[in-house]
Amino acid sequence: MIPLLSVQNLCKSYGAIMACDRISFDLYPGQVLGIIGESGSGKSTLLQGIAGQLPLDQGQLLYWDGQGQVLDLRTIRESHRRILMRTEWGFVQQNPRDGLRMDVTAGANIGERLMNVGDRHYGKIRTTAAEWLDQVEIPGDRIDGLPSNFSGGMQQRLQLARVLVTQPRLVLMDEPTGGLDVSVQAKLLDLIRSLVRTLHLSVILVTHDIGVVRLLAHRLMVMQNGQVVEQGLTDQVLDDPHHPYTQQLVSATLTP
Amino acid sequence: MHSSPTLQLQAENLYKSFILHVHNGVQLPVLQGVSLNVSAGECVALSGASGAGKSTLMRSLYGNYRIDKGSIWVRHQQDWVDLPTLQPHELITVRQRTIGYVSQFLRIIPRVPALTVAAEPLLDLGFSSEVAIAKVQDLFRRLNLPESLWSLSPTTFSGGEKQRVNLARTLVVDYPILLLDEPTSALDAANREAVMQLIEERKAKGCAIVGIFHDDEVRDRLCNRMLTFEREN
Repeated sequence: MIPLLSVQNLCKSYGAIMACDRISFDLYPGQVLGIIGESGSGKSTLLQGIAGQLPLDQGQLLYWDGQGQVLDLRTIRESHRRILMRTEWGFVQQNPRDGLRMDVTAGANIGERLMNVGDRHYGKIRTTAAEWLDQVEIPGDRIDGLPSNFSGGMQQRLQLARVLVTQPRLVLMDEPTGGLDVSVQAKLLDLIRSLVRTLHLSVILVTHDIGVVRLLAHRLMVMQNGQVVEQGLTDQVLDDPHHPYTQQLVSATLTP
Repeated sequence: MHSSPTLQLQAENLYKSFILHVHNGVQLPVLQGVSLNVSAGECVALSGASGAGKSTLMRSLYGNYRIDKGSIWVRHQQDWVDLPTLQPHELITVRQRTIGYVSQFLRIIPRVPALTVAAEPLLDLGFSSEVAIAKVQDLFRRLNLPESLWSLSPTTFSGGEKQRVNLARTLVVDYPILLLDEPTSALDAANREAVMQLIEERKAKGCAIVGIFHDDEVRDRLCNRMLTFEREN
């Protein structure tokens, strides 16, 4: 099987602090990779580095695109990267306000991504937007509503629709359920879970919540002080944790 | 090695210990040189006192626990693969197609109805949702799971109902190898009978089975051989 993304020896430091210390992994199509660790472990830096939002110090980032070409993400042109981010990649922010345009309607938030990839037919865009609102369980009559009038859970589901409408191949998620009530979280997790399967998405999911990775991730990497201290299938790492930090993390969870 | 054409699983010299870092690094050796062969159509029961390592072996055979030493050869499609050496994505495929595991407890996903929970392994294999749901419905019927429960999340189900959903989730796929960890522990006589019949059918079709059965009647009826664990202390 050919990976979708290959990360080799990725390094990023802030002064004397190594935020990402020689991180390597391959991500395969249809897989959800969870990255877990406490704040300051380097997990968000890693995600931003992969997304090209941060300059990296060292390492290799290869991506196999929809045409089967291998792209070296650290050397491709900025314009090419931006096209990728709009079409084949998606980024779900922890705070929906960072991922949505709060001053335009829900329908326009979804439609904008479609127009970015060249869709021009207004009626078709609106129909697709309505279908996606339905997929993420937002009532159709909210299509002309502003996200600023939506609840937090609804905003997060709208962000998901905005990201997924272009059928990206790789989705990066940074604490997608952070800051939501438990019941709202459950709905969102269930939705992400079924969309991953039906759309055959590959996902890199950063979180500090063991319950979230247990539910969503096939594979898991545990980070501490910028290093990957343990990795494996999610059930291996959580049921048979080897590293002292992972054991601490698992034993501190109420219902792992 | 792998000499017999019907051999499905060959575990050799397995060692597994647990190091508890949160308890001053206490080391617990659980498996010390365990070996096990299972052929098609055979059911091997693991027996011994609790704490002797039956479940640890079972979880190791599924690749859930990562063994320290030894090999676990599995006939996967046309090839033999050694589980501890596989890449994560390869182990996922072996679990999707070759080894089914019925754990003692169903992991519940909030909001997801019993039908979908049990259909997921088939959906992962690419079956259409209609086919997958129809297969699960057949199994639910055979397991006497009341139809009124099918579209509900198992969150509120009784222990026996959850256990039957869990069984259906695994039995819905025709795995060549099945690992069963106390599959009838929460069932009454009628439902136990239904489960035994399903397992006997799988055996007759050539499935290689490893099981932990707390119930002597179930064990005597299903199993050809026993692997007995001595507790070492």
